[in-house]
Amino acid sequence: MDYIKKIYYGDIPGENSGGGELKGFSDPSLESGDEAWPLWEVFIRSKQGLDHKHAGSLHAADAAMAIENARDVYTRRQEGVSIWVVESKDIHASNPDDSGSFYEPAEDKIYRYPGFYDLPDEVKQM
Amino acid sequence: MKTVNLSTYQLTNYLLYLADTNLVLSQRNAEWCGHGPILEQDIAITNISLDLLGQARNFYQYAAVLINQSTNQRAGSEATEDSLAYLRTEREFKNLLITELPRGDWAQTILRQFFCSVYLYLLYEQLQKSKDDQLAAIAGKSIKELTYHIKWSGEWVIRLGDGTDESRQRMLKAIENLWPYTGEFFIPAEFENEAVTGVDLSSLKQPWLQKINTVLEEAVVWSPAFGDGWGEAVFMQTGGKQGIHTEHMGFILAEMQYLQRTYPGAEW
Repeated sequence: MDYIKKIYYGDIPGENSGGGELKGFSDPSLESGDEAWPLWEVFIRSKQGLDHKHAGSLHAADAAMAIENARDVYTRRQEGVSIWVVESKDIHASNPDDSGSFYEPAEDKIYRYPGFYDLPDEVKQM
Repeated sequence: MKTVNLSTYQLTNYLLYLADTNLVLSQRNAEWCGHGPILEQDIAITNISLDLLGQARNFYQYAAVLINQSTNQRAGSEATEDSLAYLRTEREFKNLLITELPRGDWAQTILRQFFCSVYLYLLYEQLQKSKDDQLAAIAGKSIKELTYHIKWSGEWVIRLGDGTDESRQRMLKAIENLWPYTGEFFIPAEFENEAVTGVDLSSLKQPWLQKINTVLEEAVVWSPAFGDGWGEAVFMQTGGKQGIHTEHMGFILAEMQYLQRTYPGAEW
């Protein structure tokens, strides 16, 4: 029984995630020869105090090269002050096939939204 | 600007030498645009190419100011960064010979970048203290970029030298090809007057060798400077600073200057 199936970020088909073009790279059988380098996900912090946001992905032979490539590819126009990289294969993703049981149950639980409180007049914005 | 005590003629030539060296190396690296071994490295080498072009522009702009100050140019024919880059002839270019050599394979491009970046870093470190404010400011601005160029190219030297048999052979060949062009770094031309530049060129040689050796040693490739005497005994090519160039120079200028010479004054 295959209860625990590891889903990679790149495994999620394009029609569900928008990341479809990455699919081939996560499948070693589709790599082209020796020159194929692993895929890395890049996270950029645009300024101090903000969180790192996913910026995209790129190929690199090792972590140091991935950071330098990210610097050259994603921060050419002052987009960032900090870079994280993580090899795509180390990212686990939810399985699109589970979306029914994962996400749909939240649809009819309107009471989870904080919209049922009477706000005091003094509170201008919430 | 405190240029009064300096020989303007020598300073102008010195600025042109720095500008030409950066411009020609930039042009050679730009040849990789669209041909890099992998998309990310294609962007990396062209980024460096643009950094070098930016440094060249700073030197050309300053040189143009000095030229226009010291000569009476007719209105409309003043020197500009463009006229200096596009309308001078081969014999007027003062770039180091190593920069005009063909880009070769990736190993040759990488190693040349490494040799040049380490040299320029050490040079700019001294120029930052120059008595000429403008020159010191340009050097100070450039040095951050150079720090990255050294890191990037140095890691590639190690990666190739310590990689496969093929990459190691290519790196060894690149060392053999380029080494005879490194002597020129440390032989001052007439315009590299210490009183003008504030730099004792010969004092850069040991730190340069040391940095090169550290990286080549880590890359487990043989270094001509390791002390078996080959590096010292090899005949060093010179002439670039005096405008005596290799056979490759005419071709690179032809390609680079073609547009301005065919359509004078053409703009984007």
